[in-house]
Amino acid sequence: MSEKRTSLSPARFLSARRRHRSAGLVVLLFGLLAVGSAYAAFAPGSAVADNSAQSQQIEEGKKLFAVGCSSCHGLNAEGSGNGEGDMAGPSLIGVGAAAVDFQVGTGRMPAMQPGAQVPRKTPTYTPEEIEALAAYVASLAPGPAVPATDSYDISKVTDEQVTRGGELFRTNCTACHNFAGKGGALPNGKYAPSLMNVDPKHIYEAMLTGPQQMPVFSDQVMLPEDKRDIIAYLHALQEQKDPGGFGLGRLGPVSEGLWGWLVGIGLLVAVAVWIGAKGVKAKGHGAPGAKAEGAKAE
Amino acid sequence: MSDTKEKAPATAEFPPPVKWLDDRLGVGKIGRKNLRKVFPDHWSFMLGEIALYSFIILILTGIFLTFWFKPSMAEIEYQGSYSLLKGLHMSEAYASTLDISFDIRGGLLMRQIHHWAAVLFIAAMMVHLLRTFFTGAFRKPRELNWVVGFGMLFLGIIEGFIGYGLPDDLLSGTGLRITQGMIQASPVIGTYLSFFIFGGEFPGDDMVSRFFTVHVLLIPGLILVLVTLHLFLVVYHKHTQYAGPGRTEKNVVGYPLMPVYMAKAGGFFFVVFGVTALMGALLQINPVWLYGPYNPAEVTAGSQPDWYMGWLEGSVRIMPGFESHFWGVTLSWNLLIPALLIPPAFVTLVALYPFIESWITGDKREHHILDRPRNVPTRTGIGAAFITFYGLLWIGGGNDLVATHFDVSLNKVTWFLRFAVFLGPVLAFWVTRRIAISLQRADEERLLHGLESGIIVRSPDGGYSERHTPISNYEAYELTAHDRLVPYEVGPETDDNGVRAPRRALNKLRAKLSHFYYADAVQKPTAAEIEDAHSHGHDDDVHELTDTEAFHEVTPDKH
Repeated sequence: MSEKRTSLSPARFLSARRRHRSAGLVVLLFGLLAVGSAYAAFAPGSAVADNSAQSQQIEEGKKLFAVGCSSCHGLNAEGSGNGEGDMAGPSLIGVGAAAVDFQVGTGRMPAMQPGAQVPRKTPTYTPEEIEALAAYVASLAPGPAVPATDSYDISKVTDEQVTRGGELFRTNCTACHNFAGKGGALPNGKYAPSLMNVDPKHIYEAMLTGPQQMPVFSDQVMLPEDKRDIIAYLHALQEQKDPGGFGLGRLGPVSEGLWGWLVGIGLLVAVAVWIGAKGVKAKGHGAPGAKAEGAKAE
Repeated sequence: MSDTKEKAPATAEFPPPVKWLDDRLGVGKIGRKNLRKVFPDHWSFMLGEIALYSFIILILTGIFLTFWFKPSMAEIEYQGSYSLLKGLHMSEAYASTLDISFDIRGGLLMRQIHHWAAVLFIAAMMVHLLRTFFTGAFRKPRELNWVVGFGMLFLGIIEGFIGYGLPDDLLSGTGLRITQGMIQASPVIGTYLSFFIFGGEFPGDDMVSRFFTVHVLLIPGLILVLVTLHLFLVVYHKHTQYAGPGRTEKNVVGYPLMPVYMAKAGGFFFVVFGVTALMGALLQINPVWLYGPYNPAEVTAGSQPDWYMGWLEGSVRIMPGFESHFWGVTLSWNLLIPALLIPPAFVTLVALYPFIESWITGDKREHHILDRPRNVPTRTGIGAAFITFYGLLWIGGGNDLVATHFDVSLNKVTWFLRFAVFLGPVLAFWVTRRIAISLQRADEERLLHGLESGIIVRSPDGGYSERHTPISNYEAYELTAHDRLVPYEVGPETDDNGVRAPRRALNKLRAKLSHFYYADAVQKPTAAEIEDAHSHGHDDDVHELTDTEAFHEVTPDKH
């Protein structure tokens, strides 16, 4: 440390002592320190070497990755082809911890089979394992981090902000996710999933990282408070009871038409058949209508 | 009034207040005639009633809604009790719809009954139309009443669509935007027409107030006129009836309007009102608060019209995106064909079908006995083809929900429909026609040979045969009440003097179509044929096995 202080001293101080008998040693030490620091700064493995807990987590994540993810994403997360020129799994370098937390946290990853889109399912990994995987992928290159809890905390959101979130939702999200967040179809078997019963953190991360077909809404494009308001609106939608009765899936006029035909017309035709049958039976058996003959046509 | 005797003067038995009225209005005479009017009884004759009653419900609930709906596009800030939209800027129309839904007692129920009644109104008209079609009730003298009914259906659909556009929510605005696109796609006049209808650029400020007048005044008025005409013509023509003992082309067998039919119809009105009210109370329809105010920059997945416009939506959805550009003009075939050519062609065919059929068949007689669908296989096939065509386009209108709910690719649904919409109707026509002909054959079998009794008789020389019992005369009458259908013949090319017949090519076409129409249908047996068939069975009551009837044989080794 004394050498360091020496190097920080004014030039004259250095100049006066340059012929000091230990000057050579000091320069040597200084050189070693500089090289060492530079190495520490640029070599990824040892950059966090001083934080043993984090490095341990990354190490654990790397192991999990090698077992569960590398068959598609490559041993070093560089992505890999399936031998036919198609990408089996994209490169994960630079996707950030948020992407891992979303994909693995919603159960989408590890994927069970290739397809148009990987569906949401029960997560395979525990929260600790997901953190480890995220830490490993984040250690490869900088990318969006897992958002802090207060950025998607909707407990203190005001009614005005919820309304604002609704406008943002209708402007940016409903085109694919439907007016009630029920999801919708996209080309070639892809789809925008339902947003009901999704963890606020995952909604936030999805906007941040743009998983699968979704575009990225970075924090520069859509401010963190915009994201929070949208999440708050979705939460309100989910909590809201349908004031008009059974919501028919909140899918729009198609399900209404289906109910109108199956229940409405179905019921009325059934009653018509019943009334029609009733009259004949009440009036007489045998030949239908034979009892009430009448009104000759002119 | 039902006990009013024919011979007694109409006013003789009326109690004083009624007599007072009758002296001044003379309704007794009209009532005496018309209240005894006989209507045949069959459940399928009540389908039109569903439409009529829904229309009445629509008027009643609609009047309620006009008390609070503000047909204005003036921009205001919403301050009602629905918190998720509070403080947003929106049109008065949308805000008042929200008020009706949340702040007016019974408003949401009325809105939902109104909407469900609209759904049922048009569905019931369509079901009624199908009944009329498949039973041939549109034949002379009822062709014009068919056209009147079609007019109501057409107006009802327009009325419903405009009603869907009134609340000025995101869904209705999106629907109107698509409609405006279709209007603009019409060559030459498109832009003018769009400006004319919307009073300027879309959406403008006039849309809601204009559509409101059309929705509450113009179209309901027209429908009311047509309903009156339709019912008047039903009374004038008298109702058709299904074939049966005692029923001829010259009489109507059924119950008098008063009291039997009055009670049935009145009761049925309350059933329809009850079902509609139940649906309005239990099933949420058009939750406008979820869609938000209309904003041309927004759109939502699941933007679909109400069901009756679904086939049009589907027609546009499955059309490939063709466009041509020349001399600075764009022709949008992707709208022109699916929205402006195919639907009008389809509905024109439906509207004119009675005239087309009577021209082809050359049948100019009056018909009051209804056809069984099987006895006119080609017409029944055409009906099935129309239903298939309509149904496939209808599915196309919900292709996104088909994709998500049945886990198939949206593109595959669309491509399937692009082919199915042409092949499906042909297949449906062919299959239905064959089924109808098979049913006719089964009827003929029943008529000529009677019922299979299930009793197997072994003859002395070891052969087996099944005993057949003849059907009742009632049933035989029913099965033979229709006419033998003979194809139109083109006639000789020249008459005796060697003069060529006029309009030869047209008549040839007509003969060809007529042949196609009737040729494969099974002609009902003549009286002689029935006589013959019965006499050979009557001697021993056991069917003798002939070569052609070998399929009746039951041999032990088959079991």
